[in-house]
Amino acid sequence: MSHLSADLLAQAKDVVALYPEPRSALIPLCHLAQQQDGWLRPEAMSEIAELVGVTAAEVRGTATFYDMLHIEPVGSYVVSVCTNIACLLGGALELLEHAESSLGVRAGGTTVDGVFTLEESECLADCDRTPCVQVNHRYVGGQTADTFDQLLADLRSGALAATVPSHGTLVRVRRSGGLAADKQAIVTERAAMAEAQAKRSAALAAAQAKAAKESAAEAEKVADPDVATVAGPSPSSKSVPAPEPPGKPSGGAA
Amino acid sequence: MARTEAPKIVTARLGYDDSHTLERYLATGGYEGLHKALTMTPEAVAHEVDTASLLGRGGAGFPAGRKWALLGKKPVTYLTINGDESEPATFKDHLLIERDPHQIIEGVLISAYALQVTQAFIYLRGEFALGLERMQAALNEAYAHGAVGADIFGSGFSIDLVLHPGAGAYICGEETALLESLEGKRGFPRIKPPFFPASIGLYGQPTVVNNVETMANIPWIITNGGAAFAALGEGRSTGTRLFALAGHVQNPGVYELEMVKNTFRDLIYDPALGGGITGGNKLKAFIPGGVSAPWFGPDQVDLPLGQDEVGQAGSMLGSGSIVVMDSTTCVVRAAWRITKFFSRESCGQCTPCREGAGWLERILYRIENGAGREEDLDLLMDLCDNISPGVAWPPQQTTICVLGPSIPSSIASGIRMFRDEFLVHVKEGGCPFD
Repeated sequence: MSHLSADLLAQAKDVVALYPEPRSALIPLCHLAQQQDGWLRPEAMSEIAELVGVTAAEVRGTATFYDMLHIEPVGSYVVSVCTNIACLLGGALELLEHAESSLGVRAGGTTVDGVFTLEESECLADCDRTPCVQVNHRYVGGQTADTFDQLLADLRSGALAATVPSHGTLVRVRRSGGLAADKQAIVTERAAMAEAQAKRSAALAAAQAKAAKESAAEAEKVADPDVATVAGPSPSSKSVPAPEPPGKPSGGAA
Repeated sequence: MARTEAPKIVTARLGYDDSHTLERYLATGGYEGLHKALTMTPEAVAHEVDTASLLGRGGAGFPAGRKWALLGKKPVTYLTINGDESEPATFKDHLLIERDPHQIIEGVLISAYALQVTQAFIYLRGEFALGLERMQAALNEAYAHGAVGADIFGSGFSIDLVLHPGAGAYICGEETALLESLEGKRGFPRIKPPFFPASIGLYGQPTVVNNVETMANIPWIITNGGAAFAALGEGRSTGTRLFALAGHVQNPGVYELEMVKNTFRDLIYDPALGGGITGGNKLKAFIPGGVSAPWFGPDQVDLPLGQDEVGQAGSMLGSGSIVVMDSTTCVVRAAWRITKFFSRESCGQCTPCREGAGWLERILYRIENGAGREEDLDLLMDLCDNISPGVAWPPQQTTICVLGPSIPSSIASGIRMFRDEFLVHVKEGGCPFD
């Protein structure tokens, strides 16, 4: 019995197929599991392990490295307050203190009703709107003590449901189209292309050598105007076969 | 003020509300660069980028063309795009990812064609929830448009592009850590040599890793020619560049400026740019290129925004983020918070970084909170010297990656520029700014 829902399991298998090696899907699959549970339940880690071909301990060992992957339950809304340098200059420590007293938890804690987890985060790369706050990794703009309390109220009432979806990433957009990666095929194709490239380089080098010889010959026979005309002032344009593009040119510009 | 009339290369489309859609992208010249590239040989495309002498926009500033030049000797199997923007106060890639994802995708496709790579990955920071949605939606549109996938635009060239979400770790911006993370492991930077993933990269195969902003420049370079790009800027710093301005300025934001032709003063004070210091306060210090960079004082505000110019002055342009600190800033608190960041984000492989950052953070914390001792200043510098011998710039390295040697920057800058302020904290038993 799968721990992930049938839909998520199908999605997970598609994700695994995207990569030349299945383990690459480990982190994207952790995001999928968090989309369902909010955090990485041991059952989910075991299932991910099976899907990507490692042990559950390896999934856990990898997940603990990353700030966004939770191995303990979190609230419905993870509120991240950045206190790094740009936000610090914009009053982030004061905002964090306010957030702690509003929510009644210290940074890292979850409210008793399980609605909010408060995090002190590192730079969230939105430094022109400070102090920067994210809820479930959605930007909610620079916050003051007053707007922060309003934000909490709006989250509780569901007024922000459209802008702040559940946990997980790529919850609202799914990949469509594309080729499934086959490592062996990529390496083989790469080798074929390298061979073609080597041929083009060799052709180019030969052509350049020929052109150099011709221009040397031309220098010798400078007294003979006919030869000079044939060789031309720019030998490369005439006597050198320009290397062909590997594919046929496109039909036309957009 | 020396602002120039240089074209907007990567931000041209951002005036439109729907700049992230395929419809707007096509209406504003989108995918023309890719069409053009597909009529050229891969070598000619790579040559255009080399002619542009486009410096990597991630932080290290390595020429993208040179990175690619390794392809002549050794074929590349994978192309990986670094969109794990996490350097504190850097928010330029965030803007490009959310507002113009197609431009990045087109840059990746052109690069993949030049490198003859059939599998590429865009690694985006996990915290960019909207950015990930926008990028995936754009990628879906691009597949439907025939720009990516099998036989793109009927050229015979096929390429698969996968969007990969990170999960929150600063160190994954380091290219070998990014590859480990993309392989589904902890983001541990790999031991060098090999110095470039071009030798041994993703899944042990030759891999090129380029930054998002670097990719965003490629379509313009192919459409307008590498020479046109190289004509902008000066010396080694060609083209335009995004500068993320944050901190105590009237108009924080991301500005695209021609390289070298503008100074930090222009960026901070020009009414059309930063608009001056908030509240009419005085400039105390500024960080010129992300928190890994040593700080500058008001006397260096007239330096041009160029890679070599800033480098010669003892710091770096790095990730292109400028943090302005005014006279109300407590430098001990600023240095403490930056050090706390490095302490949290150290991957833990190397002792000087793992232990050193924590020790430094605790010493700074006690100085800021009134429990500091005068000898702590020497202790801080001694610890910094242990992590990066000489505490100079460019820094010496005792660790696998450059996160370690970046730790002393803010501490050494703080102590060297504002020693008195540290001493006041010690003597008065607390922070004078509280």
